[in-house]
Amino acid sequence: MTNEELINKISSILPESTFDESGEFLEVNIPSSDLLTLLNELRINKSLDFDYLFCLTCVDWKEYLVMVYHLLSKELKHTIVIKATILDSMNPEIETICNIWRTAEFHEREVYDLFGVKFINHPDLRRLFLEESWIGYPLRKNYTDENMIEL
Amino acid sequence: MRGLIEENIITEDGEFILNIGPQHPSTHGVLHLKVWLDGETIKKIEPHIGYIHRSIEKMSERLSYRNFIFATSRMDYLAAHINNEACALTIEKALQIEATPRAKFVRTILSELTRLASHQLWWGCTGLDLGAVTPFFYAFREREAIMAIMEETCGARLTQNFMVPGGIMTDIHPNFQQRTKDILEQIKGKYKEYDDIMSGNVIFENRTKGVGYLSKEDAISFGVTGPTARASGVSCDIRKWNPYSAYDQVEFDEILSNGGDCYARYQVRMKEMRQSVSIIEQLIDNIPEGDFQEKTKMVIKLPKGEYYQRVETPRGELGVYLVSDGSANPYRIKYRSPNFSNLSVLPAIAKGYKIGDLVAIMATIDLVIPDIDR
Amino acid sequence: MNTIFLYSLAGLATLIHNWLGKFISSELGLHILELAIIGLSLIVFLVLLCFFLGYMERRVAAFMEIRLGPNRVGPQGTLQIVADTVKLLFKEGLTPNSSDKFLFNLAPFIMVIASMMAIAPIAFAKDFQIYDINIGVLYVSAISSISVLGILMAGWSSNNKYSLLGAMRSGAQIVSYELSVGLSLISIVILSGSLSLGDIVLSQQNGWWLFKGHIPILISFVIFIIASTAEINRAPFDLAEADQELTGGFNTEYSGMKFAMFLLSEYINLFIVSAIAATLFLGGWMPFHIGGGPSSFNHIMDLIPSSIWFLGKTFTIIFIIMWFRWTFPRLRVDQLLNLEWKYLLPISMVNIIIVTLIAIMGWHF
Repeated sequence: MTNEELINKISSILPESTFDESGEFLEVNIPSSDLLTLLNELRINKSLDFDYLFCLTCVDWKEYLVMVYHLLSKELKHTIVIKATILDSMNPEIETICNIWRTAEFHEREVYDLFGVKFINHPDLRRLFLEESWIGYPLRKNYTDENMIEL
Repeated sequence: MRGLIEENIITEDGEFILNIGPQHPSTHGVLHLKVWLDGETIKKIEPHIGYIHRSIEKMSERLSYRNFIFATSRMDYLAAHINNEACALTIEKALQIEATPRAKFVRTILSELTRLASHQLWWGCTGLDLGAVTPFFYAFREREAIMAIMEETCGARLTQNFMVPGGIMTDIHPNFQQRTKDILEQIKGKYKEYDDIMSGNVIFENRTKGVGYLSKEDAISFGVTGPTARASGVSCDIRKWNPYSAYDQVEFDEILSNGGDCYARYQVRMKEMRQSVSIIEQLIDNIPEGDFQEKTKMVIKLPKGEYYQRVETPRGELGVYLVSDGSANPYRIKYRSPNFSNLSVLPAIAKGYKIGDLVAIMATIDLVIPDIDR
Repeated sequence: MNTIFLYSLAGLATLIHNWLGKFISSELGLHILELAIIGLSLIVFLVLLCFFLGYMERRVAAFMEIRLGPNRVGPQGTLQIVADTVKLLFKEGLTPNSSDKFLFNLAPFIMVIASMMAIAPIAFAKDFQIYDINIGVLYVSAISSISVLGILMAGWSSNNKYSLLGAMRSGAQIVSYELSVGLSLISIVILSGSLSLGDIVLSQQNGWWLFKGHIPILISFVIFIIASTAEINRAPFDLAEADQELTGGFNTEYSGMKFAMFLLSEYINLFIVSAIAATLFLGGWMPFHIGGGPSSFNHIMDLIPSSIWFLGKTFTIIFIIMWFRWTFPRLRVDQLLNLEWKYLLPISMVNIIIVTLIAIMGWHF
């Protein structure tokens, strides 16, 4: 499916989404509250059929956080990037997608560990790399550590 | 009974809790698996990782675009070269330049040599994990020769650090072509030896056939890539679908199998070694003359934006997601490492098998722990 | 005099007996002294044997693995194992805090004692045997099953999960394979009509049982080698140790000399199993004779000392068992039990009936 068709399709599912075609893949910006609606449809709808989540991460833009989902369809060979903006950077929360793509379970734990994003309904939301008693979320831009040395 | 439950030795249901790792011979690194056992049968596995988490992603945010490439050598140390290549390709994509033809060819040859070396090590370790010590030494005989080539051309054996944006760091060593051809001849003569000692062995076949079955749907859903996924019938070879470097100029097959068990994963990797040899053979005599490096500025600044580059490491798909804010350092880098996703499937496929099978499954998934922890 | 030494160690034994008889008049005192001498020389012999087997194992492994093996300490690395033993002697023998200390320290001794006891009825050369018990075969198979107690003790008392799993595995394994070992021994007992190892050797005067007993004995021999490899916990049946799965199994917690004792008992067991196989199937110290062949050939064979025959056969079998270890991957625990209960045991049982038939009808040579 071409980008044009994808845009039409997604607009019909979620009218408030905005699109960016400047990068390598088609990027779709959505508010975090609509994430589950869109991603469920992307997975279930046979004409979209995004069965492979190949990257899940978060970017800290200081005032807000952006969850980035890279999706690919093995059958139809099209790629899409979903960006969900979380406005509350002090207490970020978003729905989990680990019952749509099971790989998300591990990746979301990583994001929780390093960014502090809480995934609602995640079955096993614990720190992944760091110990439970660790204070702060290292990949956040405002993270400080007394042992950190400025190069 | 009460005391045993409190000390985390058995559960309320009478299941025995065994901690495999962080120091254990067959986890190949500091992976810690908490295993719930009923007799010898595995009921549940919980991976605990992070023992060598160095936060390479955070580190890279403070490094320049020339330097952060080399931090990735320490992720998947058996495919350091391919990790570096992925980063170099990302920067080239952002700068909208391409490596010189000579550099592309050399990159591809070195990548395939890395893959061969990595698969050799995997083959030896699989034997070792299943209790046969001898294959390890057979594998290292050829691997040492490949490492010697790496040493001669790149100056290092394991963490080569040979990639720079726009090409390769220096020109290849004059002996490079001849020695590579020699090692290919040697490896081609050893296939039969490999098969004789492992592939055709009755005990080996019994240990691996039908063990650790991974279905195609699960493989895709868990984001499993590389030979592990291809053994379940998932076509996911980045070299084929998104060719980079000189992969669009060579002929090779993507090895697929529908077995889904340990034996299928073993066979896929064994056949991939043959494909790697064939790729290098097609390239080694045709390395074009010319510059080995494209001219780039001393301080590289990437245009504002987001870039994603995927490459195929010996263990699967490595993705580099780079966010640039226009300055001289990356704003955010995410490495989508193949082993991280491959590990996540382990609890699902090892359930119901024996401890001995867990070792076989871990061996054939071919985990490299620093790549999981990053 | 010299010829006696060369052809028969029995001459040496008689000489010592007569010489001691000059000093000690009491019959009982003489016996006690002789027993002490035998015991001491046996221990020295077994320790030296283990040095040699340790060295041999390393060289065989190196040969299989395209390496060199030990070649620095002493000529051809022969003293390497001595150096290692000295190192082990000086190591601290740790006893874990939460272990059952008495059983933990007892287990290695049980292992070594069980292995050493089994050597009593083995005929090293013509008329050279510590004690020809008239139920020698039964005695060996009974004593060799004591070692499972040592393993279970070690595994349980260590208070380590890996040790416990290893011990449980070996319990199931040794008890199962004991059956096949016993049945393949019985097939020889049926043919030779005696349980005494000395008589069994003598019954092979005109040919070894392996050649005289047709295919059924060949099957028994193969089953014996497989099952006894499993019984002494050597690869590919080393599930009780299983370094890659259980990080050493029942001996995970052992260190220093106590650990060395497990190695000692493993090598003595290896020797005994091979010696039994050589005695029962390959004629022990009996030279290779061709029944109806030219007498000159048989005479030449007789010139080779009987102890050389015995050790030659034993070490050939030891080499084969070592060969297994460095070639095969390890079996899984359920496959191991399947192999015994579904294949080896039924085959042995049918085989025994056939052997009995052969013995009754007198079809053997």
